Amino acid sequence: MRIPCPYCGSRDSSEFSYRSDAAPVRPAADAPVSAFHDYVYLRKNPAGLIREHWYHASGCRQWLVVERDTVTHIIEGASLAQGVAR
Amino acid sequence: MSRYSIFSLMRNAVSGHRHWKPAWRDASPRAHYDAIIIGGGGHGLATAYYLAKNHGITNVALIEKGWIGGGNVGRNTTIVRANYLLDGNEPFYEWSLKLWEGLEQDLNYNAMVSQRGVMNLFHSDAQRDAAARRGNAMRLHGSDAELLDRDGVRKLAPFLNFDSARFPIDGALLQPRGGSARHDAVAWGYARAASDRGVDIIQNCEVKGFLRDTSGAVVGVDTTRGQIRAGKVGMAVAGNSSRVAAMADIELPIESHVLQAFVSEALKPVIPGVITFGAAHFYMSQSDKGGLVFGGDVDGYNSYAQRGNLPIVEDTCESAMALLPMVGRARLLRSWGGIMDMSMDGSPIIDHAPVDGLYINAGWCYGGFKATPASGWCFAHLLATDRSHDVASAYRLDRFATGKIIDEKGQGPQPNLH
Repeated sequence: MRIPCPYCGSRDSSEFSYRSDAAPVRPAADAPVSAFHDYVYLRKNPAGLIREHWYHASGCRQWLVVERDTVTHIIEGASLAQGVAR
Repeated sequence: MSRYSIFSLMRNAVSGHRHWKPAWRDASPRAHYDAIIIGGGGHGLATAYYLAKNHGITNVALIEKGWIGGGNVGRNTTIVRANYLLDGNEPFYEWSLKLWEGLEQDLNYNAMVSQRGVMNLFHSDAQRDAAARRGNAMRLHGSDAELLDRDGVRKLAPFLNFDSARFPIDGALLQPRGGSARHDAVAWGYARAASDRGVDIIQNCEVKGFLRDTSGAVVGVDTTRGQIRAGKVGMAVAGNSSRVAAMADIELPIESHVLQAFVSEALKPVIPGVITFGAAHFYMSQSDKGGLVFGGDVDGYNSYAQRGNLPIVEDTCESAMALLPMVGRARLLRSWGGIMDMSMDGSPIIDHAPVDGLYINAGWCYGGFKATPASGWCFAHLLATDRSHDVASAYRLDRFATGKIIDEKGQGPQPNLH
């Protein structure tokens, strides 16, 4: 797989570290424990398109949000995680 | 069912092997069963068999979206062992190993269980301490373990890289009762034995959704071959657990990852048992046909594609060369991928679903094959009695909320690192 890094261009995925699904959002500090349980442990784990965090450790050291298909491994695009920060 | 024996083999040999019967009935679904098992892999088949054998529940449908033996039960590296540290795990895997030891007689099927030993190498003093501790835990639970020093390893496996290794071999933790089995035969043996006791094995039957009553309880499944109703529905679909659970509006603490495996061309016997590398994630054994069977890490990203990418191929083969330089000239015959249910603590789930009528067997990470007999035994126990079996009582779905996680590697909620 090659990931189109917005800074570095198309690079081999082995330059990146993986941090899984980008969808879970950290709950507010005063949220109930069950919200933290869901955030830390539960995953949609979709078969198909997923937006996920990759870290370009051997490159620009930026966190990216990569859109990828888990069934075909086709990568649709990547953007800086900063840019899509909530 | 006709029993397999030396006499049936001779009888069929003299008649030119033209009169063997199919090993199991290829059934069509009926409208109602006492129980439905979703998933015709090793765990589902074992569950159906033990439901019939241990609990007398024979009105059972086992439904499989593809064909028997076509999923992970035919894609693993066939290793059988019980070398875990934690209380929640070791009694379960030791029970599984005991079942492996009597499996062929029980099923009347040659699963080629071969207890040639599993040897976990260590390469530092710290790893030796951890191995000794794990070995003691195994023995306290009635399993077998031996701590070998460097010379002990050299005696069993003189071909390892002892002289110029980046990570010199200091010794190993050996489990002599560990070994390997023929994975296809395990699936076929359980299918034959379950079918013989009345279980309907229904292939090419994919679940499209669950049937629910007004209270929301699961009362059956909607499949590509029509609706099937049942008192209880169990799912044993590791690799696709999240997809099936989502049909019942359940989110699981699981990610699906692809794990690759490799086999070389057939060679004369060179590797006595299973050997695992302590300095990287790598293991190798030799099949009865002679192929070197080996594997390493998961690719590391969520995947439902039953194939991986080249960086892991390179990584695994580098480990092979670091540990066993002698294999360098063997040619790689095949590589393939299977989809693993990677759970958040690296341990499985055998429990009630949060929805009435549904039961979950999931989260086997890449250790599902060795667990096949005990997983079936304990899942059948849960389905039949509504109580967890003693050796599987820690495999609860709610352990992530209660804090009773079973994290053998101490890795935290990072599924791709377990």
